[in-house]
Amino acid sequence: MTVVVAIGTRKGLWLARSEDRVTWEVDGPHHAMQEVYAVAFDTRSGLRLLAGVSSPHFGPGVSISDDLGASWEESSSPPITFPVEDAALERVWQLQPAPASQPGVVYAGTQPSALFKSTDGGRSFEFVEGLWNHPHRPEWEAGFGGQAVHTIVPDPADPDRVLVAMSTGGVYRTADGGKSWEARNKGIKAYFLPDPWPEFGQCVHKVAQHPALASRFYAQNHHGVYRSDDGGDSWQSIADGLPTDFGFAMVVHPHDPDTIFTFPIEADARRFPPEGKCRVYRSRDAGATWHPLGTGLPDNFWTAVMRDAMCTDNAPVPGVYFGSRSGEVYASPDEGETWHQVAAHLPDVMSVRAAVIPA
Amino acid sequence: MKVTVLIPGVLRTATDGASQVDVDVPEPATLGAALDVLANTYPSLDRRLRDERSTLRRYVNFYVNGEECRRLSGPATPLPADAEIQILPSVAGG
Repeated sequence: MTVVVAIGTRKGLWLARSEDRVTWEVDGPHHAMQEVYAVAFDTRSGLRLLAGVSSPHFGPGVSISDDLGASWEESSSPPITFPVEDAALERVWQLQPAPASQPGVVYAGTQPSALFKSTDGGRSFEFVEGLWNHPHRPEWEAGFGGQAVHTIVPDPADPDRVLVAMSTGGVYRTADGGKSWEARNKGIKAYFLPDPWPEFGQCVHKVAQHPALASRFYAQNHHGVYRSDDGGDSWQSIADGLPTDFGFAMVVHPHDPDTIFTFPIEADARRFPPEGKCRVYRSRDAGATWHPLGTGLPDNFWTAVMRDAMCTDNAPVPGVYFGSRSGEVYASPDEGETWHQVAAHLPDVMSVRAAVIPA
Repeated sequence: MKVTVLIPGVLRTATDGASQVDVDVPEPATLGAALDVLANTYPSLDRRLRDERSTLRRYVNFYVNGEECRRLSGPATPLPADAEIQILPSVAGG
């Protein structure tokens, strides 16, 4: 079994490969000097790699490789454009292939906050007008990183149901293929607003779902860790047992809907892991209890893990991966029990995705 | 009206390697009109110079006969006969 890890950074993309998920060969940079905030492996047919790339000089785009980075395809016309007068694409924050039952469908989340849908595997995208026309949109504010749809969770069975999360704005859900959207933030706190329990305006950092349990979502918020058991209608805190409720990442085990991983960060005003110790936290019971995982991880780790810089692979015993602002990437071959360094001294890691290369 | 556009090395993959492209601009000839003509021939170049609203990218500079266009009239800058447009990425990043 060979696993490939795509590492998107502020200055390009690196690809790491391993037979044992302990020792790694790293090649790159691909797309040197371009920000790579979004990477995705499309495992539905072969293994397609998609990257949301953005040159500070020459603008954003989507690049596709069907040979794991040996060659890249980027269309001459921009794949994502805003068909409105008051916005232009600034950055692609998320690329999300839909379930296998929707071949060719790939969603893109962008800055400014909008959703796009591709039906040709990511070569071209259509604007999802319903979300853009939402009456809440004028009140969606920019966070420090910009105002973006950074999370897209297509329903595993129903192609008309999609959940998105944005900062700020919070969680929105459609049940009619994107025509209409409803805010779904009940129970998620926005401590930074005069009314801390608003209908929308939350700064949800990441939402994750297991495909076998479509009614359940997990969320890492800008302070707050939550679970929904009713499809996003309401959220309950699962932060007890974590050293802090701040963080960016939230990852579900690919084969167990009750197992989740996160990377706690001390606080909004102090964005380091608690005591500077690099630790992943895992819950085996849907957030009821949490356990730190640090075997092989360093102390004196004065950096942070961003919202898309943590993931699992799709192996029978899944590997877990994360990268840091300090350009370090770690892998666990055993669901987080032990960790090994994949790479160091890279630019700030913004996105990490991993997949088993088909035989 | 014929004008000449000088292409920086980093963008020549989008012009099949050409460092200099002559374009025939309809009257009234402006920088924006010249870029429109250039876009027809080299769409993958255009997306790197302008966004989907045809706004000039912030960190790309366009010199018309040696004068940066933002100190003139931006895309509406009139082009004299035989104008030379030099495209240069600006100093940015870290």
